[in-house]
Amino acid sequence: MSIKISEMAGWREIPVAGVAYRPSTESKTGDWRSFRPIVNEEKCTGCALCHFFCPDGAISLVNEKAKVDYDFCKGCGICAEECPVKAIEMVPER
Amino acid sequence: MGEEKLTLKDLAAKPDLLAPGHRMCAGCVSASVARMVMKATRGPTIVATATGCLEVATTILPYTAWRVPWIHNAFENVAATASGIESALKAMKRRGALKYEHVDIIAFGGDGGTYDIGFQALSGILERGHDLLYVLYDNEAYMNTGIQRSGGTPYCAWTTTSPAGKVIPGKPQWKKPIAHIVVEHRAAYVATASPAYPLDLIKKVRRGLEAEGPAFLHVIAPCTRGWRFPTNMGIKLARLAVQTCLFPLWEAWWEDGHPVYKLSGPSEAIARRPEMKKPVEEYLKPQGRFAHLFKPERKEELLRRIQEGIDREWSLLLKRAGFA
Repeated sequence: MSIKISEMAGWREIPVAGVAYRPSTESKTGDWRSFRPIVNEEKCTGCALCHFFCPDGAISLVNEKAKVDYDFCKGCGICAEECPVKAIEMVPER
Repeated sequence: MGEEKLTLKDLAAKPDLLAPGHRMCAGCVSASVARMVMKATRGPTIVATATGCLEVATTILPYTAWRVPWIHNAFENVAATASGIESALKAMKRRGALKYEHVDIIAFGGDGGTYDIGFQALSGILERGHDLLYVLYDNEAYMNTGIQRSGGTPYCAWTTTSPAGKVIPGKPQWKKPIAHIVVEHRAAYVATASPAYPLDLIKKVRRGLEAEGPAFLHVIAPCTRGWRFPTNMGIKLARLAVQTCLFPLWEAWWEDGHPVYKLSGPSEAIARRPEMKKPVEEYLKPQGRFAHLFKPERKEELLRRIQEGIDREWSLLLKRAGFA
């Protein structure tokens, strides 16, 4: 049996493979956490370093102060370790 | 190079293009690197990612953490995939079918996907001169598959396929000088960066995107699981790598047929004041993958060889950069 090339499916007919279509923000990685970073707003200078270092994009600056999004913070502690004025403390989750 | 003034404050206000909720490990510095890289983009951007931690953990089907058009093809061909995107955009522009003046293209590869498996595709884009930025996030082994040694794994590092024992002291070979190999391809722009210096890293990404032709950024990305250190220590190690001159920061481009090497901030400071250079032990000691160098007894000979290797590479770089 011979198949003519012109009768074969073209790329338009091939099913699309592996399309990730839901935003990762639907999965709350905050439940991985065993230690919780607490920001001391009086000490925080708003330098933004923690925002850049955070692997999870879980720290933003709000009114020039670091604010942690606990929905996504995995509790790695990089922010507390790197804060130049020691304004972040890691406390155990209950 | 023309430069818009980039400041950390302004960049912090820019929304993340790699969204939270990705499944990279807690304390994964590769994720910090990817976030910083994306902060440097100028507008419409397309990202391609080789197989690796970053690819797998940011796109757990059906979820994706990428807020830009993103593609994964295979382990060995992220450079080829990205070059196809660049060529397609060029063709669309020629036909007037592209609604953007310019689109940034970034290819991410890990050390496995760059030093080893993707090397010929990388070499190909450099030779063909595609206008894109290749970012190597180097966690120095195949971490995603369980810590197997790669061409980027350093001398004496323990991995599951270079186990430290009586016969071998961890990996018996040295790290491949990948960034210098890329420079020798006559790449438009090459730089090394460390996430411990965010503004330096972001500026280099921007220069790489602005360069006309292939640009390559080699970023050190400490891995909490594979290097065996507590999750909060990644950035500190990325800084120590620079302070010990194990991973010096520099940029290189070509002018009148010659490579021009320029040391960046922290490494230039050490070049001017060599007493600032820290001994490599400070970098090795906190890492479990080097624990066999200190326990049960100190391996003086190996430590000496590692320090000598670093000193040798550092003095070679100083010569290239016009110091000494």
